[in-house]
Amino acid sequence: MIAITTRKIAFVVSCLCFAAVLLAGVRDHVAAPSDAPSQTIISNAPLHPVIIRPGPETPRILTTQTNYAGEIARASCSSCHTTTTPNRNTASSAQLLKFHQGMTYAHGNQSCLNCHNETDYDSLRLANGSSLPYADVMKLCGQCHGPQLRDYEMGLHGGMNGYWDRTRGPRTRNNCVDCHDPHNPAYPVVQPVLPPKDRIAVPRKSEHGSVKLCEKTAASICNVLSSLHPTLFA
Amino acid sequence: MNTETAPLESRDWTRRDALKGIGATLGVAAFAKALAPLTEWTQDLSVDQFLQKHYKELSPMDLAIVLARLEKETKEQYGADVSIKDYKAQPGVKFGYALNLSICIGCRKCAEACHIENNHDRPSAQSYIRVFEMQKGSLDMEKGNAHYDHPVPQKDKFYMPVQCHHCDHPPCVSVCPVEATWKEPDGIVVVDYNWCIGCRYCEAACPYHARRFNWTKPQIPAEEINPDQSYLSNRIRPQGVMEKCTFCLHRTRNGKLPACLEACPTGARVFGNLLDPNSEIRKVLAEKRVFVLKEELGLKPNFFYFFDV
Repeated sequence: MIAITTRKIAFVVSCLCFAAVLLAGVRDHVAAPSDAPSQTIISNAPLHPVIIRPGPETPRILTTQTNYAGEIARASCSSCHTTTTPNRNTASSAQLLKFHQGMTYAHGNQSCLNCHNETDYDSLRLANGSSLPYADVMKLCGQCHGPQLRDYEMGLHGGMNGYWDRTRGPRTRNNCVDCHDPHNPAYPVVQPVLPPKDRIAVPRKSEHGSVKLCEKTAASICNVLSSLHPTLFA
Repeated sequence: MNTETAPLESRDWTRRDALKGIGATLGVAAFAKALAPLTEWTQDLSVDQFLQKHYKELSPMDLAIVLARLEKETKEQYGADVSIKDYKAQPGVKFGYALNLSICIGCRKCAEACHIENNHDRPSAQSYIRVFEMQKGSLDMEKGNAHYDHPVPQKDKFYMPVQCHHCDHPPCVSVCPVEATWKEPDGIVVVDYNWCIGCRYCEAACPYHARRFNWTKPQIPAEEINPDQSYLSNRIRPQGVMEKCTFCLHRTRNGKLPACLEACPTGARVFGNLLDPNSEIRKVLAEKRVFVLKEELGLKPNFFYFFDV
């Protein structure tokens, strides 16, 4: 007969407690984050929006008249164009005798009325003849420039600002006509900024002017040097 | 007895005295030489900075003290109130960058944005990005010209901006004798500017010419200093240390796009998380004709170039 004493109970309880602590330690160890390469984490957090900058407002032409408030009056396109007969053959402002003079046009050999709507000059025209507000101009561009539209939709064409991680903030994207003039869409030629001045890449003309150096050195050595230091011989 | 001691008292210099004198002189000279570096101690180098530990060994408390000291030093030396933080890598993120060579026009707006964002030395027009004007038909960046100064784009040329490729096997990290540069968990290769000894081994090791040396103490007018700074990226570097592109980690670790991407007027740059299958950068890799520069070196860069057609 084993007498159950308080001492024995205390011993058993303390053993159980010790075992529990050990087990908890092992479990924590197993659950600890490993140093293995991080796996793909797809966040389900709500995404901030991608804001595409709106297309142009419906154009209004400055006139020589002033309104009752003394401001220069602006006329809609249709206020003149309702009184004229549309001409499908016009493909450049150079062919016009009045208005739109001096506009550079270099966008294929298209009729104005391929994009401008002859039934409503305050809107654009899709290829199927339907009307399109100026603000939705990207849809019009995308009719012909499919690869660019596809890339744009994937986020691979056009400048942007804001957040790469849209769980943290929104992104603003350029509209086609922010960068491309619809009448002359090729990106303009520009003067580059900030020429580098760092020592490695700067040709030191006074000492190593390419002509001077090549005059002094045999042609074969000069070739080797110029392949090693292309920037000196630029 | 007297006859023996008298010559000792009145004798002249012995060889032993001479050797003692020479020894003492050499000892004093060696001691002076050993302390000589103290005479070169500049006002720019505080005792705290001299005794500072490696970034990875700093406790959160140490780091807070270091950041506060750096902010104070920037105020003293440049007269600008700046905030220097320490942003950690996000789990589940590995950064990648791609550049569309069909679209880049070589305007160097990216290099300028880098110059401003990263508090580069103004007189040397420093930037982490070098744009090469390349002859069509070759991808050899060593034949590119970074010093073109004429309207761009030229008809027979294409333009290839080159910056740090944040390689998976970075040779610049392997060569560092003091482990002042390393690769972070999100793929960004960083430098502890306070641990770097300026030996420039990493500059020589980088095949992309992506590392820069601070030959002088950077000069920036107070009003031009970007106050949003971080320890491992765009805080103003001391003289005599290496620096490099950090994918603007003070921006990108907060979810923002890098400064060079935002500045690109043609949208040639694509940035994102390589581990997210829906990211734009992954779409480039899946859909486009992609190549990496100097692939034969086997460095596994995380910077990609692609063409539209």
